[in-house]
Amino acid sequence: MAIDFPPSSGSVGVVAPQSARFDTPLTLKSGAVLPGFELMYETYGALNDARSNAVLVCPALSGHHHAAGVHADAPDNSGWWDNLIGPGKPLDTSKFFVVSINNLGGCHGSTGPVSANPDTGRPWGADFPVVTVEDWMAAQALLADRLGVESWAAIIGGSLGGMQAMAWAIHLPARVRHAIVIASAPKLTAQNIAFNEVARQAIITDPDFHGGHFYEHDTLPRRGLRLARMLGHITYQSDDLMAEKFGRRLREGGRKFSFEVEFEVESYLRYQGDKFAASFDANTYLLATRALDYFDPAGDAGGDLAAAFAPATADFLLVSFSTDWRFAPARSREIVDALMRNRRNVSYAEIESSAGHDSFLLDDPHYHAVLRAYFDNITV
Amino acid sequence: MSTLDIRIDHDVIASWVAEGARVLDLGCGDGELLRYLKDKRGVSGYGVEIDVERVIAGMKNGINVLQIDLEEGLYDFEDQSFDLVIISNALQTLHRTEKLLCEMLRVGREAVVSFPNFAYWKHRVAIMDGHMPVSDRLPFQWYDTPNVRFFTVADFEALCEKLGISVRERLVLDDAGKPVTEEHNFLGSFALYRLG
Repeated sequence: MAIDFPPSSGSVGVVAPQSARFDTPLTLKSGAVLPGFELMYETYGALNDARSNAVLVCPALSGHHHAAGVHADAPDNSGWWDNLIGPGKPLDTSKFFVVSINNLGGCHGSTGPVSANPDTGRPWGADFPVVTVEDWMAAQALLADRLGVESWAAIIGGSLGGMQAMAWAIHLPARVRHAIVIASAPKLTAQNIAFNEVARQAIITDPDFHGGHFYEHDTLPRRGLRLARMLGHITYQSDDLMAEKFGRRLREGGRKFSFEVEFEVESYLRYQGDKFAASFDANTYLLATRALDYFDPAGDAGGDLAAAFAPATADFLLVSFSTDWRFAPARSREIVDALMRNRRNVSYAEIESSAGHDSFLLDDPHYHAVLRAYFDNITV
Repeated sequence: MSTLDIRIDHDVIASWVAEGARVLDLGCGDGELLRYLKDKRGVSGYGVEIDVERVIAGMKNGINVLQIDLEEGLYDFEDQSFDLVIISNALQTLHRTEKLLCEMLRVGREAVVSFPNFAYWKHRVAIMDGHMPVSDRLPFQWYDTPNVRFFTVADFEALCEKLGISVRERLVLDDAGKPVTEEHNFLGSFALYRLG
């Protein structure tokens, strides 16, 4: 069967982040109250007169608002989902008005641990309240109000981002017409929570963490963050891909009988770890992994995922990747199953890919063709 | 299938499906049948397809498509959750025939199966001539066929009997798409069954 794979075309070009300030208190799932907050976001494309073409892009663990295009001061730093979003791309900005967000608790400008705690005037640090996927959704909903978006044409996210799309479909069903959930899960398994716990322990036990108040000590838990990211990277890739990318290759031909960087894979992990440690906030990492751990709509509905999805009215697209063992295809199938029990419109694609969990960020032609076909059929 | 077969297949199935029925179409290909039943009979439901390019084509056709391997069975689907489970011109491409037929009637109240008849007289002639049959209904060479089960109208009915599946309606067609009224297993090249 012949399928056209149109070349991914244009970039949205130079974009500028925006921020929205909310001065109404937000009660979080934990019971804590945030007196007010700020959200950073970017938009691509234009909202139509009917306000019916808005798409919300929900970030994954380390994601932020810069999903497409470039900033004027950093012309080489394309958004994290630039291969997907743009004119003529699968999420076509000549049709859709795309909103991409940095969530509450983030470290890219939205109110989070780095921001000043209004009670003390000092950074929140570890005192920033634990936020959940549902809290993020609530904050996103306030931004939607601000932007004049009554109902999203679609909400899309991969991994933790997919959980946000599910939360909207369950809790604010009238406000989302299509939920696109990629490489995600209805809840984390014990093994998955365990990986998060190791990452958190790496950070928390770093002497430079200072109980989360490292800003005041003018330092940061670099070693902890680096380890957390190295561990994450291993689980986001497949055994096959690492074998293909690095194998057992040594950087300098022979063994040095040392514990220096000798294998290529060590070099890669250290590089990724260092890069991340220099740019990401340790407290945000703790918060985001906890949000992942807590997400469990079935647990909130007596253990029955189908019951959890009963309020949903959106149409769904689920996508998984064959070698993703951290958010395995079987976990997406659980969601498909729960949606079918509710007689929802749902499509599901399981993409052959060697890249593991990271596949959702790549531009596999079948993956993008699936998204393109789905988005093309969304009426605005 | 030829265009003619596709049209007949779709029309017959449309006449066997109730207005607004909930339908599961196994091996839905590019989703043409489900699209047709949706437009013509207002059905809802899902297509199941293993091949990703057909999944994409089905999505372009605006149907719900689930990329699932039918050899796994239908464990995702609840008992009696569909009015009709269809497998149109695809049963012969799957290994676990018995299991799938039983599963279809576990999941659906009724089932529709259509398949090419390997015992059609022209196919028999080909074998007599020493070659595997290649025809409009079996348009593949032996080395590139997606078919893995080679069965006839008589074989299929024997299996239904063995499995206790009752045949509600049967339509056997000749090469020109005309219904065959006698010697079905000899004169018919394509068969449609309504089971359950």
